[in-house]
Amino acid sequence: MRSAIVVFPGSNCDRDVEKALLYMETGPVDMVWHDELDFPEKPDLVILPGGFSYGDYLRSGALAAKSRIMGVVRSHADSGGLVLGICNGFQILTESGILPGALLPNATLRFVCRPSYLRVERNDTPFTCSFPEGEIVQFPIAHHEGLYFLPPDDLEELEKNRRVIFRYADPESGEAGEDYSPNGSLHGIAGIINERGNVLGLMPHPERATVRGLIWGMDGRNVWHSLGEHFNVWEGR
Amino acid sequence: MDYRDAGLSDAEYAKIKELLGRTPNELETSLIGVMWSEHCSYKSTRGLLAAFPQQGKHVAQGPGENAGVVDCGSGWGLAFKVESHNHPSAVAPYQGAATGVGGIIRDILAMGARPVASMDGLFFGPPDSRGQVALASGIVEGIAGYGNAVGVATIGGRTFYDPCFEGNPLVNAFNCGYVRLDSIVSSKTARAGCLVVLLGSKTGRDGIAGASFASKELDENSRESRPQIQIGDPFEEKLLIECCLELHGRGLIASMQDMGAAGILSSSSEIAHKSGVGIEIFCERIPLREEMAPWEIFLSESQERMLLIVNPEKFEPVKAVAERFALECIVIGNIVEGDRYKVFKDGELIADLPHSILGDAPLLDWPSSEPADLAKRRETSVRMKSPDPARDLLKLIGAPHGRERGEIWEQYDCQVQLRTTEGPGAQVSAMTVPESDGLVTLSMEGDPWKCRTAPFTGAAETMAQSLRIQAVSGAEILGMTNCLNFPSPDNPENYYELSECVRGLAAVCADMECPVVSGNVSLYNETPRGGIYPTPLVVTAGLVPHFAYFVRCGCAKEGDVIYLVGPTNGSLGASRWQVLCCEPGAGQSAPRGVTWEYNPSMERDFAVRARTASRKAVVGSARVIAGGGVAVALAKEAIYSGLGMSANLGSLDMTAALFSEGGPRALYFVQPANAEKFSFIWDGYPLMSIGRVGGESLRIDGAIDIGLDELRAAFYFGGLLDFDPKRGERK
Repeated sequence: MRSAIVVFPGSNCDRDVEKALLYMETGPVDMVWHDELDFPEKPDLVILPGGFSYGDYLRSGALAAKSRIMGVVRSHADSGGLVLGICNGFQILTESGILPGALLPNATLRFVCRPSYLRVERNDTPFTCSFPEGEIVQFPIAHHEGLYFLPPDDLEELEKNRRVIFRYADPESGEAGEDYSPNGSLHGIAGIINERGNVLGLMPHPERATVRGLIWGMDGRNVWHSLGEHFNVWEGR
Repeated sequence: MDYRDAGLSDAEYAKIKELLGRTPNELETSLIGVMWSEHCSYKSTRGLLAAFPQQGKHVAQGPGENAGVVDCGSGWGLAFKVESHNHPSAVAPYQGAATGVGGIIRDILAMGARPVASMDGLFFGPPDSRGQVALASGIVEGIAGYGNAVGVATIGGRTFYDPCFEGNPLVNAFNCGYVRLDSIVSSKTARAGCLVVLLGSKTGRDGIAGASFASKELDENSRESRPQIQIGDPFEEKLLIECCLELHGRGLIASMQDMGAAGILSSSSEIAHKSGVGIEIFCERIPLREEMAPWEIFLSESQERMLLIVNPEKFEPVKAVAERFALECIVIGNIVEGDRYKVFKDGELIADLPHSILGDAPLLDWPSSEPADLAKRRETSVRMKSPDPARDLLKLIGAPHGRERGEIWEQYDCQVQLRTTEGPGAQVSAMTVPESDGLVTLSMEGDPWKCRTAPFTGAAETMAQSLRIQAVSGAEILGMTNCLNFPSPDNPENYYELSECVRGLAAVCADMECPVVSGNVSLYNETPRGGIYPTPLVVTAGLVPHFAYFVRCGCAKEGDVIYLVGPTNGSLGASRWQVLCCEPGAGQSAPRGVTWEYNPSMERDFAVRARTASRKAVVGSARVIAGGGVAVALAKEAIYSGLGMSANLGSLDMTAALFSEGGPRALYFVQPANAEKFSFIWDGYPLMSIGRVGGESLRIDGAIDIGLDELRAAFYFGGLLDFDPKRGERK
């Protein structure tokens, strides 16, 4: 699996994602600067990492959505290629219209960094196929604008089409929903997928729960494992 | 401009005229004035600081550069430093704190290191008025706003509250970074023929003469000092970090300096002075945001700028890298032979000074006298006996000093860069070392109360405490950095406290072989209502050679034997209990009483045994006795481990056994199977098995029986609000 990580000015989780992918041995990783016209080599997976692209000026993700590389990211997605947007990457995907909705400032109006509990709502996607369905996992969050918003009708449509992939949940009861949103996210939405099922955006950071020996666990590994399985990375090993 | 407006005294001005052999012009006067300010020159403290030991087997770069560097194995060094941003934060909390973080990050960057982790020492007035709460939250948001965006994790810190900090909050920003030991940047490597290059933001009128501002007391007019406050842009700083690291990594620069206090002036004159070369700066080349006079340009503290020294043949590639990061990159001068610091404007020479005059401010020798009431501060009027230990314990763990600070550190990104092994809330913060199994451990300590009642022993206790925490976590000591926060040194009693505190820190550093590799002094922390208590803040760095040796706190297991290592009693003088609980009725009293006497041989003995316990892997969890004594240590361990504890302290003086502080003492939580090995390690040192881990409450025989839920409610919410005891967090 060849991964391309897009680096915008102000991205700060680009190296962390690279670290996680190399740690999981998913294959070659290209770091691609925002004003490139194309990827150095055709990637299987494009990752828009977390951080503060363009300093979050104007609105989180708004400027990055207009950057040159996003044209290529869009055509990669249009041709069915996988795209994963994490945190600021999710904001860039909604700002560029590749995913629906908007990420508004947290209900507390404060930045929040802590472990969050998520319920895996679907395991029939390339990003989640290694998770048992309905599993409760712990991924860290670190954001100021993570309240997922969509008008009621669209939200109903999104739910009907089972496009919510990760939902904030209670680790003990397994219940998920708005009551468990650390940021006020509607329906407890933490991550959604596009209609075609090849673009996933999520606020929590799976790359922060991958490498052994760090705080807040390793539950994020299964995201990389799912992708690796999808592309048969480890076949014959 | 009158020389007095430049902050120079009559004697200093006479000295300048003597050194120059002429009268300095206006620009020269203001340049010297700033470089001779306390903030830039350390003229009041340089003599005192000479007492710090600076050598050690791990030291790769001692004091004198932008930050110190210690060897943390596998070819990597840790650059680290702590710096105050007290005055700016008092006037403009958000920007003051934000630019404090930005400034210290650039200090680390200037060593060629990638900044990886921050910590912050915050000292506030009591959070009981709207003003204080607004000030504190502005400061915390500033730290978060800058640190999170620039992509540097905030992995720990310290928060302290006392009325003496009302109106004069302390913000001490610590940062550290990793650098290959063979590529540490030095300010001694500029050579004649090199270009002087300004990288980053345009220069504007923000923060003009901030260094002089920081060298005065705060008064009712300080709010008018707003123009002296710098404005930060973490986005620009992030680009600057990536750009400078790429330039350095590709060997394109001969040296670099950050621009902190006194901006272009101090960065360029320091490089000339330390490299022993002359420098010429062409004023009109400096990109400006607005029309400015030369003196304003040289003193401006506009943020997010670096000064690079570049060989002419490498300038084109440097410029190309800068352009990729959309950073301005302009040649503003030349390094030349000689010893002159020259400024030109449109071809005219407007300042011409030997750089030594800028770099070597004459020392000030302040008179010192023991505070008249020092003996009285050691006396206690009320009986040191708690009528209700359970109530006092809940008060201590629910007070702002003692309770969980999630509302602060949840605002900090403590994980970015994927190195954090132990984050905020623990006694020691830890992070991985590149290309190695080792961990760097960091501990920040400061105790104004103990330094108030006994400057020498209080400072010694502060330093010793940080080293105990390192030893118990299993770390070898690499080095220390410090920030000395004090009121005006021109008061002989203040100067006495300052010199005694420095002596106290130095004594422990010498005894425990902990070199001091960097530091910062902040004087004039005073408002018309009074000065702050003496507040030396220390940050020690340690190295656990393998992560398997790292001993954590808060992970005791059911059935563990609880050991108290060290004397049963410390001292109640200037303890949390004495200040917060001792006076009948509510309210805080002034710190009083006799503190723990520093005992070097006992400290050394403790450290050796604690490290042995880590290497033999016989410890489940451990916690150094800190604020609130054994009782608070047991309570915190119970809360974090999610388990009850029962203990018998076997003491006649229950108050002292529960709440006394100080001394090399720790709680250890050990599996019964390891108990014998553990006891053997401590054979010959005071050791007492005091109880077992288990149950649903904290029980201390004859004194305390409090359910875990009640403890959690106090610790997480001061006993209030919508707390969910089952999950141990808010609903």
